[in-house]
This record gives sequence, structure tokens and C-alpha cells, in this order.
Amino acid sequence: MPGLGTSFGRGGATTAQQDLVNADAILIMGSSMAENHPVGFRWVIKARERGATIIHVDPRFSRTSAMADLWVPLRAGSDIVFLGALVNHVLTNDLAFRDYIVPFTNAATIISEDFRDTEDLDGLFSGWDAENKQYSTESWAYEGSKPKASGESTEHDRGGHAKERGGSSMEMPETPPSDPTLQHPRSVYQILTRHFARYTPAMVEDVCGIPRDTFLQVADAYCRASGPDKTGTICYALGWTQHSTGVQTIRTAAILQLLLGNIGRPGGGILALRGHASIQGSTDIPTLYDVLPGYLAMPKHGADAGSLQSYIDKHRLPRGWWAHYDRYIVSLLKAWYGDAAQPHNDFGFGWMPRITGDHSHFGYWLDMADARTVEGLFVMGQNPAVGGANAGLERRALGNLKWLVVRDMVETETATFWLDSPEVARGELPPETVGTEVFFFPAAGQAEKEGCFTNTQRLLQWHQKAVDPPGDARSEAWFVYHLGRRLKERAARDTSPRNAGLRALTWDYGTRGPHHEPDMEQVLQEINGRSLADRSQLPGFHALASDGSTACGCWIYSGVYPSPGRNRANERDPHGPYGHGWGFSWPADRRILYNRASARPDGRPWSERKKLVWWDETMREWTGLDTPDFGRTKAPDYVPPPGSTGDEGLRGDAPFIMHPDGMGWIWVPDGLKDGPLPAHYEPLESPVANAVYRQQTNPAADPKRRSDNPYADSPGDPRYPCVLTTYRLTEHHTAGGMTRTLSHLAELQPESFCEISPELATTIDVRNGEQVELTTPRGSIVTRALVTGRIRPLVVQGKTIHQVGLPWHWGYRGLTTGPVANDLVAISEEPNVKIMEAKALVCRIDRWSPRS
Amino acid sequence: MIKDLLTSWPAFRQLATGTDGTGREAMSPATRALAPRHDATDVSRSICPYCGVGCGQLIFHRRGRLVSVEGDPASPISGGHLCPKGAATFELLTHAARATRVKYRAPHSRQWQEIALETAMDMVADRVWESRARHFEDTREGETLMQCPSIAHLGGATLDNEENYLIKKLFAGGLGIVAISNQARI
Repeated sequence: MPGLGTSFGRGGATTAQQDLVNADAILIMGSSMAENHPVGFRWVIKARERGATIIHVDPRFSRTSAMADLWVPLRAGSDIVFLGALVNHVLTNDLAFRDYIVPFTNAATIISEDFRDTEDLDGLFSGWDAENKQYSTESWAYEGSKPKASGESTEHDRGGHAKERGGSSMEMPETPPSDPTLQHPRSVYQILTRHFARYTPAMVEDVCGIPRDTFLQVADAYCRASGPDKTGTICYALGWTQHSTGVQTIRTAAILQLLLGNIGRPGGGILALRGHASIQGSTDIPTLYDVLPGYLAMPKHGADAGSLQSYIDKHRLPRGWWAHYDRYIVSLLKAWYGDAAQPHNDFGFGWMPRITGDHSHFGYWLDMADARTVEGLFVMGQNPAVGGANAGLERRALGNLKWLVVRDMVETETATFWLDSPEVARGELPPETVGTEVFFFPAAGQAEKEGCFTNTQRLLQWHQKAVDPPGDARSEAWFVYHLGRRLKERAARDTSPRNAGLRALTWDYGTRGPHHEPDMEQVLQEINGRSLADRSQLPGFHALASDGSTACGCWIYSGVYPSPGRNRANERDPHGPYGHGWGFSWPADRRILYNRASARPDGRPWSERKKLVWWDETMREWTGLDTPDFGRTKAPDYVPPPGSTGDEGLRGDAPFIMHPDGMGWIWVPDGLKDGPLPAHYEPLESPVANAVYRQQTNPAADPKRRSDNPYADSPGDPRYPCVLTTYRLTEHHTAGGMTRTLSHLAELQPESFCEISPELATTIDVRNGEQVELTTPRGSIVTRALVTGRIRPLVVQGKTIHQVGLPWHWGYRGLTTGPVANDLVAISEEPNVKIMEAKALVCRIDRWSPRS
Repeated sequence: MIKDLLTSWPAFRQLATGTDGTGREAMSPATRALAPRHDATDVSRSICPYCGVGCGQLIFHRRGRLVSVEGDPASPISGGHLCPKGAATFELLTHAARATRVKYRAPHSRQWQEIALETAMDMVADRVWESRARHFEDTREGETLMQCPSIAHLGGATLDNEENYLIKKLFAGGLGIVAISNQARI
């Protein structure tokens, strides 16, 4: 999650759901929290009962809006203009919390004189390489930065998930030049002011379709929740992330929250609302291509992987907790490769694969679609035949595989793509022409296995095994463990160099029961980390070493299993306002991140009302209502001796301890592929031209334009005049395998539909309940129209824009079936994380039902 | 015996207790013997498998069979509440269309066939070994690569941390598979 990771230091929600009750204002945008995180939304209602102002900005009026004080409809894809205008509002009206931003953020830091802004280059930042479609980021560095001695910067260094974790090409000076008066023209504060100067209420009206008075109402209501006595929280979900500018949208919110002094404080922060039970966990311990557990970088061929030392030198930062990159990677290698990993063989670093390009979902799927290299695929608990962008392409590509293994609780659409997909039904893909060998393995449900999930607030919660899974259903752990056992047996007989890692892989988990289920507590203990001399569990990541004496599967989770029998993810004895004693919150059971910022530079709380963590002068330690996210005994007035590294290199008033300057980053000097600041670009498909810059779309985003992934002409393709946005319902979950198969949920939401305004319905002569055809360049679907005033046309740049809302849960299997919404969506890649743009595209809509 | 007969008669009990005939005095023996579905069960503590809120769940089970799934009132996040999806977890785990057998589709076939679990595991191990051997690249331009480009993986956001850990460890650390992705990006 690089938006939050680059701004603050860690890629995860900065706060806990319970903390919403402390907010004076809550802005919910890119989310319909009441509908998609319903039980979490109770905390918003409690806040409202205590007098908080709730603001919901969303194209559709939903149950979230019904519980808000203000609902503001906006055009899908224009969020950066709205948020940028809030930033401009703060700067223009001098509403920034100065006593916070000067000591705690890089607002005062001076930037390189080589930097040129989008205001200077009509929508581009300095460093754009048009031929390679990427930025060189040297000019975004702080003044006085020098190229890192360890080698050239490459495309690999800039962005992706691993950028919260080093890989900078430039090294900032030990004491970056700064102007605490915020006057210097190249201070971040002044560059920010110029950068957002044209993000005005008038611009919001023109681009978002929001009347300027309404915008000012929101700006006033939200920005008031700032200062020593007040805080505000921003909540977002996939309405922000699934855009070609998704990371920068989140960045804009991060800038706003830093300016208002809301990060690290009760009732403040940014609550990223993640959609799956353990999607936070699946980024922390990643089944992702470009990261290793704990956000370490996957080594890249030709960039950083020549040796373990060169890899460490490339990625470590001089100060802050990324200074100990060596401890984290060596401990991971020891966890994976055990005794075979020794100093003389770089701890097995050479057995790990290197990445060579875009191995993301869309990266390798398009390889499959072209029948190139990928011949075998595992799909576990995901359903891309329905949930993947350009789902028709996703399904057809499966037919090019030699073999496919699908694991799920029901036969999903992915498992039966060769049997009953729309392509088969239409005769385009006769099964006898599909040579794919398909294995379907029934999977255990959560009550049939033990392990832990990491929820949206970074909380690890263990679930106990209640019963055995039915029949031949097994857990993924069982499957991977026994597959690994079989493959290790083969590797034992085949000593080719490529099997060195497989032979060395530690894989001796104990098993239990008649099915020989591997012991998940042992796996969690490995994730936590051990001292290898005596096999004792480590208390936390501060105990990790770089000499091979410790093993640790995921350094940010260290502390979850600190002693024999003490599985903190399984603890259920909550106390205090943040539920300490129930589960384990990474890192180190800190519930509100960056909470040192809840105290003034001198260590006293900002106010009695907003106290959270503070310095106890008698005990000479930080104390309070949460685990301090700070060195417990580091005094507020600590000044590091020159040349100090690690956490000792950061001051006692520098709360953002992952960053080498300890500051919250309003300006991101390094780590993102598309700019140190956010800029508004139109979605890849848009009805209108970019009113802010000449550059229409995010130059660094990749539309993956090809004949089977075509786009509308942009802007303003007359064939596709409406904006289409996808969304979720309360009663269904993602691609439907866990809900459309269940009788009660299928009854509550029995049929696919789209939402359109009465005005649009009149234009296309459709009555409520009639069927309509939605068409995009990728395909078309027929579904029922729900005509409602809850979605409304907006006036954008002088023309009326109609928006269509489309839930995307339906597929061709289950108790309730329907057309696949993702057949309409294009595959595209946001530059940093390669996510598709599913929340703002264009379509045409026509009546389908005949009239007699 | 006469007394037993009389006291089992609701009208008599109503007269004897002076009540109005709408309470316990009117219950049949069958009604009086009713107990909550999850009486005399074991309880496991679990977490809802749907969204990222992480509501606590109590799994009631008896002799190896699931009886009921309810919210966990002790959870500091959810306080015992469940949304419609979480409240459907019992059905998620027990509905008739739940897959319980391994299925295999041969190339070009129009149908599934059931196969034994261990057979399927051996076959998959064979496929992995062959596909990996076919395309593995040890080095490129003189530098270590150790990459298996012919196998890919998708999935993770619905899986446990321990499972994601084992997948990444085996697939990347052991087999050299780099094409690994899941629902998460951001």
C-alpha cells in the first residue's frame, strides 16, 4: 500500500476501527462503509452520537449517506480534484496545524532546485522519459541529496510495494535543509501551495460536478476538526484504490491529514477499509510478486541482486528502522533455508528467484492470453473468471494453459470455465478445443482449520479449528505442505543447482490427526522468529540479528508468538480503549500508528481531550493508552549524535520512525512512480478532457491497450457517453462464491441490476425494472435497471454527465446467476501497484426489453 | 397417579398457580424440553471469513458437527454483531453445494471425473516438476536468475497468514516461481 507507506512509513491503516469514536469529523470517500463494512460502521454511528460530523462523498446515495450529515455526489474519477481543493483550502486559509507540521512533517524541508512541477510542465513533473514512459526521480530529492554509492538507479527502485522499504537511488542529507518559517520558495509547503493553487472550489464545480457552496460546506466542516483539541478521520476503500491514479488519491488524503495534524492522534488517522478477511495479511506476508514478507524487496535481476551485500546496500536507509534491512533479510533467509543458509553462501540469497519484469496478475495473465510461457496455474480462493478485469479475456486465457489447479469451497466459475462459461455457451469455445487439464480441490472453511487473519486495522486474530473439513476437503496449508513434501523428495534425488533452495527449504512442520495436517502454531512461531542458539521465541524485531543467529519469517509480525505457548493472536482478554489483550496488532501491538505525534514535541499531550501517548518525566519513558510507536525510553529532547544510524539516528520529536528523517512525508522524494505530489489526471476512459492540465491521463499508468483489451476514444467518445462505476452490496461478497451459493443471501439479493437516475431512464426510455444493455469496448451485458434518485446526473464542464452504478458480484454459477460485470472493465495497471481502473470507465446504455 | 394426571393438565396448573394460561403453565412437555440449538455444545472462537472488519464469531459444534455460528460478544471490534454475510457463515460451511471431492478434467473433455485426493496430489506434483524443468532459467547474462517462468499463482486475501507464508516460501523460495499475485495491490 504505497500511498500510506510512502506518506507515513507503513502500508496499512494508521488507526483502529474503535478509534473512530474519538473523531470530531469523519470523511468517508471511495467507500460505502455502512454497506461494505457494516459492523465496523457502528463506530461511525457512535462517533455521530457523540457529536461528530459525518461526511460521505460518493457518486451514489447509499445507507452510508443516509447516516451522514452531508452527502456529496461527485463524478467517479475526480477525487484528486476534490481532495486537492481541500488541501488548497487549508493552505489558502492558513488552517494548517503549524505546531504539528513544522516539527513532525517535511513541510519545511527544501527540495532540489532541479525540480519542476506540473504547473511548470503542464501536467508532468521533471524527469519524464517519454520513450520509456517512466520518471527519473533525482530532481524530486531533498536539496543536498547525493546519489547512493551502491549503484545506478533503475526502474526497479521506484515504486511498487517494496518502496516502503528502501531502494532509493538518492540518499538524503543527514540533516535536510529546512525553513521552519515555511517561507522558502522551495520549501515543501510553498511548492505545495503553488502546486494546488488551481484546485479551487470553481475547479471542483467544473470537474467533479459539485456546486462550490457545497464544497465549501464540506471544507469548513472537515477542516475544523484540527488542532490541539480536535481531530478528524478519513475512511476509504476501493472507490479510491481501483483507479489509474489510486495511489495518488490516497496520497492527497495523506497530505490533508498531515497538514491538519491528524496522524497518530486519537480520532484521527486514515482508516483504509480493506475488503477481504486477510487481505492486509496477504500483503504483509505477501502472495505478491514484488515483495517478500515484511515489505522487503524481491531481488531484481540486473538491479540489486548481485550479492546479498549489494542488495542490502541498495535498500537499507541510513536512519530509522529500515537501517536494519540486513537483520530482516538474513533472518528471513535463515527461516526459509535453515542450517544450509550460512555466511559463506550469502545465507542462500542466491537460491531465491529474481524478478525480471511485470509478474503481476495482469502481467502474467496477458502472457497466458498469448500462449507464451506460463503453462501451469494455481488459483486458491480467488475467482478471476468473475472477479478479474476484462473477465472474458481472463476466461479465454485459461484455455491456453496446459494445467490449472483450482482450490475453493465450491466449484467456482474459474474451475468450470471450460464447461459453462459464456464463451462455451455461445459456442465460441467448444470444450473439445480446450486442452487444459483441470484439477479442482475442495477447500476447508475457516472453522475447519486453525490459523490467523490480519484484518483491516493490522490486527492478527487467530481462528480455532472447530470441526474437520468434509470429505476430501483440506486446507491450503495441508495442500501446500504435502505438495512441498513431494517436491522436496524429488529434489533430494536431483541435485541440479536449481534445486538447491528446494533441498535447503526448512519444511519439517509437525503434523496432527488422521489427515496429517501441518501444525499452524509452528508456522506462526517461525513467522515470529527464533534465536537459533537455544530455539527460543523472539520477543520482537528489535531482537533480530544479521549474523545468522536469528530466523524470522516476517519481521513486522515479530512479537506475535514471543514465548512458548503464548500465541498473542489467540489471546482474548481485551482491556482498554483499543482492545489490548485481544489479538496482536503489528507492529509490536501498537494499535494507533505514529502515536508519538499525539504528544507535543516536548512530550506533553496536545490536550487532555486528545491525549493518547505522552512522556513520563519521572519514569523517563513514554506511557499512555496505547503501546508507544516509538523508542520507549527515547526522551523528547533527544538529539542524535552525528553519524548515528537506526532508530538512534532519529530525534526525540520525530514520530515517523520508518523514514530516514523521521518526518511525515507531505512530499515523497522517492518511492512512487508517478510523482512526489498528486496531480489530477482523468481516468483512462473519460467523457471529458482534463481541465487542470494538458496531460489527459496518468502518463505512468499502463492501459495495456491491445485488440482484446480495447479502449474508448478519450475524451468524450460519443459511442460511450455515460460514466460507469462498479460497487458492492452488503449481501454479496466479491465474485460471489461465498454468497450467491447460499440460500438466505441469494434471497436477499436475488438478481443482478444496475442503478440509473430517473433522468437517464427518461433519456433512454426505460422504466424501473426493465432490462438494459450496458456496452463498453470490451463487451456487453444485459441486466435490470433500478431507476432511483439515489444516483444523479452531474454537470461537468458545462455538460450533463450520467453515471451508472453496477454491482459486480454475479457470475454463471450458484443459486443466483447473472452477467459478469467485469466483462465490461478493461485490464489496466496503475503504475505503482498495477491495480485496474474498475471505478471509472465509460459505457453506453440502451433499453433491452421490448415494448408491446 | 391421579395427582400426576391432574398436574399435567394445563387448565389445572392455571387454576393452581392463578396465572392466565399463556405462560409456562400452558406448555406441553415437548415445549418445556426445548433448549437453544447450541446447548451442550463445544465452542470454538473464530473470526468471520468475509470482509476486513474481522468480527468475532463463536462456532458451536457437537461431536464433530457444526451446530451454529454466532457473533462473539467479547470482541472489542464487533461486540457480538454480524452482518448478513457473517450471519450466513453456518450455511457457508454446511450447504449442499459445498465441494467435498476432488475433481479432474482431462484435456478436451466435456466433463469432470472424481479422483482420489492422493492421486491428484501426485499428479499435480508431476505437473509442477515437469513444467518447472522445461523452462527454468538458472542464470541470465552471467548473473543468477533462478526463475521458473512457466508456473503462476493467484490467490491469498481469503487465506490465513500461515498459508500465504507457506505458499510464498515454497513457490518462490523453493521453486523459483515469481508470478505470484492475489486480490491485494494497494
